[in-house]
Amino acid sequence: MAARAIWKAKLKLNGTRIPVDLYSAVVDRTVHFNILEEKTMNRVKQHMVNPETGKEVPSDEIQKAYEVEPGTFVILHGDELESLEPEPSRDIEITHFVPPATVDAQMFERPYYLGPDGNQETYFALAEALNSKEKEGIARWVMRKKEYSGVLRAEGDYLFLVTLRDPKEVVSAKDLPTPAGRDLDHKELKMATQLVEALEGEFDPTEFRDEYRDRVLEFIEKKAKHKAPKLHVVRSKRATTSLESALERSVKQLKKEKKAA
Amino acid sequence: MWSGTITFGLVSVPVNLFPATRPSRSSLRMVGPDGVPLSRRYYSQESGRELDDDRMIRGYEIEKGKYVPVTDEELERLEPKKTRDIDVRRFVEQDSIPPIYFERGYFLTPGGETEKAYRLLAETMEKEGRAGIATFVMRGKEYLVAIFSKNGILRAETLRFADELRSPENIGLPKKKKGPPKAAVRRFEKLIDKKSESKPTLKEIKDEETERLLKLVKKKLSKGKDVVEIEPEKDEEGKVVDIMEVLKKSIAAKA
Repeated sequence: MAARAIWKAKLKLNGTRIPVDLYSAVVDRTVHFNILEEKTMNRVKQHMVNPETGKEVPSDEIQKAYEVEPGTFVILHGDELESLEPEPSRDIEITHFVPPATVDAQMFERPYYLGPDGNQETYFALAEALNSKEKEGIARWVMRKKEYSGVLRAEGDYLFLVTLRDPKEVVSAKDLPTPAGRDLDHKELKMATQLVEALEGEFDPTEFRDEYRDRVLEFIEKKAKHKAPKLHVVRSKRATTSLESALERSVKQLKKEKKAA
Repeated sequence: MWSGTITFGLVSVPVNLFPATRPSRSSLRMVGPDGVPLSRRYYSQESGRELDDDRMIRGYEIEKGKYVPVTDEELERLEPKKTRDIDVRRFVEQDSIPPIYFERGYFLTPGGETEKAYRLLAETMEKEGRAGIATFVMRGKEYLVAIFSKNGILRAETLRFADELRSPENIGLPKKKKGPPKAAVRRFEKLIDKKSESKPTLKEIKDEETERLLKLVKKKLSKGKDVVEIEPEKDEEGKVVDIMEVLKKSIAAKA
């Protein structure tokens, strides 16, 4: 099933403009629930009310406000909010290029695939150049009345954009104190390294499934057929042992597994 | 605050979890004509009467207009049994996870009585350049995370599951038929070289829209225009506290 483009744009690099289509790379798989009235099993109506008077406020009378500090609001009128909107544009401007991992993973917000709109040669040429130079582009654009910063990358033959968070919303580990204490024991460090190495592997996302989501959907289906199973809470037990003995036993177990393999 | 235990092999590392992102600086509240912040209330379709929490239930729409009720208890019982374990299944090359997977970050600070196991894991991962891939359940949702170690501090980035992402094939992007013209590739390579900075800066990454909003708010506040004061809500704890202060305290408590 082919996906529909959500936006048309032009990648702007210096004087070159490459027409592209944007596609969301994310599929929403959240299990969405509705709020029902228990007695009637119908959906409830929702209204915004003034909590002091309990009176409903019709949607055309609702305004937006910014909470400066708890209890202090500044009302922002529709025309004021409009005046803050950026100029509409179809250009995704690539300002410069940086080596991969320059932008920290903490900044990444939402990924979009770019597809060629028309001329495929230029599109694939740019992807090839980004791959061969091992670089990614820093992008800025305006989409649906909102400004975005992003990273332009090539993944295989294709280009994609990841939107970035407001840097002021991201807390950096650099600003935090390092947990301190006595020097770590050499023997324990060696065992921890052995353990980490034993679990080393490639990142393979297909190994993992949201099993909880699967179980919720399965339960709903059974319940719809009035075949809901009885559910029991199972608690996990864990023996408490010292760090050193846990490390030793883990390493021993690994050695045993290696011999058996 | 959520507390859990990172497990790898038979080793357990107790941790506390804090968001690594601050709440949005630009979120707005809905207010009435007089500036009073509004609350969302629920009403019956039939009687029009307001409904309390205990008269409402969560329902999943199995077909149009037909709902299957699901209680909090049922959801809780469907949660995996080891609910507090952050189970590390693999250690991967720390730069090997494509950006497309990343969702949001949480700092993991040392919990429990001692920080020794925590420091042992953090130091080993940083030295080996590895990120831990783990799964865990928090507040009724299963998470896949990559745990990074930087500056002696562990950070978990939640990852999207593979089935939450499209591939170029299922979007229907065209296949690259033959190599694009060499000249075009070379032209882009030259452009990339020219536009690469020897010392890469990220000064272009900023949120000007939010800055404009905050400037307008400040201006109106200083003029006393459209400013409304109300009794602050009692449950403001999460809003006033800065994450940074909470984190620093949480780390310092163990030193």
